[in-house]
Amino acid sequence: MAASGAVLMGLVEEFVTGQQDSKAADTATGVKTGLFSILELVEALGLCLTSSEPRTRSRGVQLLSHVLQECFSSLSEKEVEVLTAFYENRLKDHYVITPNVLQGIKALTQCSRLPPGLAVSILKSLFQDIHVQSLMQMERSCVYNILLNLMELREEELKGLGADFVFGFVQAIDGEKDPRNLLLAFQIAQNIVWRGYELGNFTEELFEVTSCYFPIDFTPPSNDPHGITQEELILGLRAVLSGTPRFAEFLLPLLIEKLDSDVQGAKLDSLQTLTACASVYGHKELKEFLPGLWASLRREVFQTASEKVEAAGLAALRSLTACLSRSILDSDSEDSLHSFLNLILKDCQHHLCEPDMKLVWPSAKLLQAAASASYRASYTITAAVLPLLLEQYNSHTQSAQRRTLLEVLHGFIQPAQGSLSEEGDESVLSGFQEPLCVLLFSALTEPSPALQATATRTLTALGLQPGLLSESNIELAADHLTRLILREEEPQTCSAAMESAGSLASLHPAAFASKMVPQLKEEIFKEPSEGSEGAPSVEFRQVVRQRCVQALAAVSSQPILVQETAPTLLQVLSCAHTVSGSFSLEEVVSACRSLQQITEQAWETEETGRFFHQTVIPRLLGLAVEAALQDSVGGDPSVPRSPLTEQKVLSAMVPVVSTACGRLLSELTSHTASLAVSLFLEGDVSFLPGNNVPQHVQLLKKQSDGWLQSQLVCLLMACVCSMPRNVSIPQIDRLLSELEELSCMSTHSFSYTSAAKCFAGLVNKQPGGEELDSLVQRTVKRIDSELDCVSSLFRVQNFTLLLWVAKALLLRYHPLSTALTDKLLSLLADSELGPLAADGFSLLMSDSTDVLNRACHAQLRLMYRQRFFTENAPKIVQGFNSAPKEMKSSYLKALSHMLNSLPRQVQLSELPALLPLLLEALSCPDQRVQLSTLSCLHPLLLEPPPALTLQLNALLSRLLALTTSPSMNVRIHSLRCLHALTRFEDHLVLPFRSRVLRALAGPLDDKKRLVRREAVMARGEWFLLGSPGR
Amino acid sequence: MSVETRLENANPLIYQRSGERLLTAEDEDEDFADPIDDREIFDLIRSINDPEHPLSLEELNVVEQVRVHVNDKESAVSVEFTPTIPHCSMATLIGLSIKVKLLRSLPDRFKIDVHITPGTHASEQAVNKQLADKERVAAALENSHLLEVVNQCLSSRI
Repeated sequence: MAASGAVLMGLVEEFVTGQQDSKAADTATGVKTGLFSILELVEALGLCLTSSEPRTRSRGVQLLSHVLQECFSSLSEKEVEVLTAFYENRLKDHYVITPNVLQGIKALTQCSRLPPGLAVSILKSLFQDIHVQSLMQMERSCVYNILLNLMELREEELKGLGADFVFGFVQAIDGEKDPRNLLLAFQIAQNIVWRGYELGNFTEELFEVTSCYFPIDFTPPSNDPHGITQEELILGLRAVLSGTPRFAEFLLPLLIEKLDSDVQGAKLDSLQTLTACASVYGHKELKEFLPGLWASLRREVFQTASEKVEAAGLAALRSLTACLSRSILDSDSEDSLHSFLNLILKDCQHHLCEPDMKLVWPSAKLLQAAASASYRASYTITAAVLPLLLEQYNSHTQSAQRRTLLEVLHGFIQPAQGSLSEEGDESVLSGFQEPLCVLLFSALTEPSPALQATATRTLTALGLQPGLLSESNIELAADHLTRLILREEEPQTCSAAMESAGSLASLHPAAFASKMVPQLKEEIFKEPSEGSEGAPSVEFRQVVRQRCVQALAAVSSQPILVQETAPTLLQVLSCAHTVSGSFSLEEVVSACRSLQQITEQAWETEETGRFFHQTVIPRLLGLAVEAALQDSVGGDPSVPRSPLTEQKVLSAMVPVVSTACGRLLSELTSHTASLAVSLFLEGDVSFLPGNNVPQHVQLLKKQSDGWLQSQLVCLLMACVCSMPRNVSIPQIDRLLSELEELSCMSTHSFSYTSAAKCFAGLVNKQPGGEELDSLVQRTVKRIDSELDCVSSLFRVQNFTLLLWVAKALLLRYHPLSTALTDKLLSLLADSELGPLAADGFSLLMSDSTDVLNRACHAQLRLMYRQRFFTENAPKIVQGFNSAPKEMKSSYLKALSHMLNSLPRQVQLSELPALLPLLLEALSCPDQRVQLSTLSCLHPLLLEPPPALTLQLNALLSRLLALTTSPSMNVRIHSLRCLHALTRFEDHLVLPFRSRVLRALAGPLDDKKRLVRREAVMARGEWFLLGSPGR
Repeated sequence: MSVETRLENANPLIYQRSGERLLTAEDEDEDFADPIDDREIFDLIRSINDPEHPLSLEELNVVEQVRVHVNDKESAVSVEFTPTIPHCSMATLIGLSIKVKLLRSLPDRFKIDVHITPGTHASEQAVNKQLADKERVAAALENSHLLEVVNQCLSSRI
C-alpha cells in the first residue's frame, strides 16, 4: 500500500511539475487496474489543487479530468457527488483552469451514477459562471457535449428546470460560428423541440438563434480533416426548424422571403424545408400563409429553368396539400383544403385552355402534384379539370394541340401514390369512364401517329386501374389496338400499341384471347389476294406478318393466352417446313424469337411449364429432325431446302429450348433431358410428335453429308446445358466422348462449334475431382497433339474446343484452367491461329448468350474476370515484348479485349501499367485494334484517372492522327475520345486548346455526316474550355 | 423587381421539336460522300438555348428548317431567325449565338449569313448590320460578359 502510494506521488509529481503528459495515461491505468483509488489520487493531488499558482492548479485538474474520462464508469455515487461539487466550484476559478474543468464535468456527465439533482446544479453553475462564446472552439464543443450527455441521462430533471434550460441554451449558442459546434448545437435544439422541452416565452428566441443560419451556405475547405458537409448542416438545421408547429408563425414568412432569393441553393433549401414542415404542421399553422406560399410556389414552378427547383416546388405543394387534407376541421371553420385547391385551380386551370403556350405544362404539373396528395384533393381537382380537358380537346382541332391536351390528361389518369382510393371509395375517374373512352377511341383513329401513341398510353393507364374499363370497352380497346398493329404504317404507333396490348392483356386475358389473337392468326395465314383493288403492297404485307408474330408474343403472359399463341407460332414453323416459300427465313426466325419471348415472360405456373415441356419442345425438336432427315435423304437439289435446316433458324430455336429447360421445374426438366439424350445417342424418336421420322437415326455420327444432322447438336446443347445443376444427365460419359469426337473431327463450322460449346457446358457443371481432371487432361492431350501438328486439317476445330473448355474451367476457378489459358497465350504467336486466339480472349471475358451463363445455371465465380486479367495481363505484356513484329498486333488485340470487359474500378487501377501499351495500340496499323482500344479508352476518359495526365501529350497526338483514318468508325471514336478529354481539369488541357481547335477544323469538312457530327460536338466543347459561361 | 416582371414574354408559344435525323444506309456507307444539307445546318442550331427561357430556339420557333439554306458547292449558308416578339431585346444576342455556333461548327470555306426574318422585328436592319459586320462580331466576343451569355446558350443543357 505504501509502495503504491509512493508510485502515485511519483506519477503526480512527474505530470504536474515534470510536465510529462504520458504519465496521465499511466495514472489512469493504475486507477483502472485498482492499483490506487480515486480518493488516493485526490489526496496525492492535494497540494497542486490548492497551490496558489493557477498553472499548477490547472495541471492538477487536468490530470484528474483525464483519469475521470478513462474511469468514469467505475465511480461510486458518493465519489461522483463530491467530485461534482469540486468541479462546479472550480468553474469560478482562474480562466486557465476552465478547459480542464469542463473536460472533467464532461466525464462526470457520462457517468450513469450521477445522483439526482446534480444535473440541475451542474447546468445552473455552467450557465451562471461560464460565458460560452468567449471560450475556444474545443471548450465550446465540450459544453455542448455536456448538455447532450445530460439530455440523454436526466431528461426529466432538465425538463423540471422549465424554460430556464432553453434560455440558458439560447444564450450559450448565440453567435456560434464553428460548423463542428453547430452540428452539436443543432442536435441539442432538435432534442429540445422533438422531446417536448418547455419553450415558455423563449420560442421566438430559440427560433431566432437557430434560424439565423438559414439558408446554410458552407463550403468546407479543400483540406478539411473534419469531413463536415453542407448537407449535414442543412439536414441538422432543417430538423430543428421544421421540428415544431410553434415555429410556424416565424418560419413561414422567412421561407417565403428566401424563396425569392436568386441563389438556387437557397430556393431549394426553402422548398425542402417547407416540405418537411408540412408533415408536422396542421392547417391552423398554415392557414394564414397559404396565399403567400402558393404565390411563391407557383412562381418557382412557372418560371424556373432548373428541374431540381421545379421538382422541389412540386413536392412542397404536394406536401402542403397532404397536410391540409389530413387536418381535422372544427365545425365552424371553413374547409381550408377546399379554399387552397380553389386558389390553385383559379391560377392554373385557364392555362390548360392554351395548349400551345409554355405555361400549360407547369400548370398541369402543379395540378397533378396537388391531386396526388390525397384522395380528397384528387377528387376535387379531377372533378374540375377533367370536364375542362374533355371540352378543350373537342374544341381544339389541330393534332399538336390535341396531343398536348391528351398528354396532360394522361398525367391525371396515371394513378399517383397516396391518392389511391381506399377500399370502398370508388375511383375519382369513375364518373368519367364513358366520355374518356369515347375521346380515347376517337383519338386512336386520328391520322397523327404522335396523337395515337399518346392515346395508346393513356388507354393503358386507364385499363391498368381496376374497374375503369367496362367489359365492352376492353373488347373495343383490343379491337382498336389490333387495328393499329395490322393497319398503321407508322412503326412507332404500332410498337406503342403492342406495348399497351401487352400490359392490358395481363389483366384482361379473355378479351385479348377472343378479340386480338384470332385476327392476328388469320392475318398470318392469309393467302395474298393477288390483283385485287387496294390490296396492300408485298412489303407492307411482310411488315404486318412480322408485327403479328411480335404481337402474339407481346400479349402472352397469362396461361390462357400462351396456349393460344404458342401453337400458332409453332404452326408457322411447320408451315414453313412443309410448304416451301410460304414463310421467308426472317419470318421463321422472328417466330422463334417470339416463342423465346413467351418462354421468358410466361408466368411460372406448373401448367405453362408442362405445356412447354410436353408440347413446345418436342414439336421444335421434331420439326428440326424431320427437316434435317428429309433434306439429306431426299437430296433432290432442285427442291429448295427447308428453312428449318438453316443455321439462323436453329440458333433462334436454341434460346427457346434453353429458357424453358432453365426453369426450375425439376421433374419436367430431367425428363426432357433424358429424352433429348436418348434422341441424340440412340436415335429414339418415339417422343417426337408426327411419325415421319425413321427409327434409329444417328445424329452425332459422321456421315457423308452429315452436317444437316450434326448441326442439330445445338439443340442438344440447349436442352442439357441449361438444366439446373442438380439434374443429372444420363449416359454422361458416352455423351461427352461423342461430343468430343464431333467437335474435333467435323468439318462443318456450326456443328463443331456447337459441339464444343455443349461439351464445355457439361464440363462446367461436372462435380470436381479425379474423374473430371482425367477427362480434361485426356481432352487437352488430344488437342495438344493436333495443334502441334502444323499440317493438320483440324487445327481450327481443336482450337475451338480448347477455347470453350478453357472458358468452362476458368468460370469455376478450376485449377487446370491455367494450363489451358497458357496454351491459348502461346497460340497468339501462331501465324495461322494468332488472330483467332486474340479474338478468343474477348470470348473468354464476355458473357456468352446461349451457354455458360447464369441463366443456364453455370458454375460461375463473381470475380473471374478480374482474376483472369491479373493473372494474364503481365504474360501478355511479356509476350508482346518478345513477339516478332508481325505478330504483335495479336497481343494488343487480346489485351484490349480483356480491358474492355473489366469493371471500371479495375480498369483504373490497371491503367498506369498498361498505358504505354495502349498508346502503342493506337499507333498499330490494324484498324480493329485501334477501334477496340479507342472504345476501351473512352469510358476511362470520361472520369479522367490521374495516370493519364502524364501521357496527355502522347495521347492527344495519337488521337488527332486517327481523326484522318480511312475508317469512318475509327474517326468517329477518336473524335469521341477527344471530346471526352475536355473533362480533364482545365489547367491540364488548356495548353492544347488552340492546337486541338486547329486540328479539329479538318474533320468539320469530313465527307461523312456522322463524323462531322462528332467533330462539331468535340470542337464546340473545346471552344468552351477556359471560356466564361461554360 | 420581382421575378414576374423580369421576363419580357413569360408565356410564349411553344412548338414541337423535330425528332433526331434518321440514319440511312448511305450514312453508314464508308465510300458515299454526304453533302452538307439544310437539315444538317438546322440540327446545328436548333438546340441552342434561348437566353431567357429553359427552351431551345426550335421550341420557340425562332429557327425553322425552311428558313435555313445551304449550298455546299458554293460554300454558302444563310439562316433567317424570327424573334418571339417584335420588340425582343434579345434579338442581337440570339443572332450572335447562331452565328458563333456556325462559325465554330462549319469548315472555314463557308460564308455565313445570319439575319432576321424580314418584317418580324422593330430594329431589323440595325441587328442585321451588326451581325454581318465581322469586326463587330469579333469585338462582341472579346467582351467577357457577352461571351459568357453566348457560351451558356451554346452549352449542352445538363
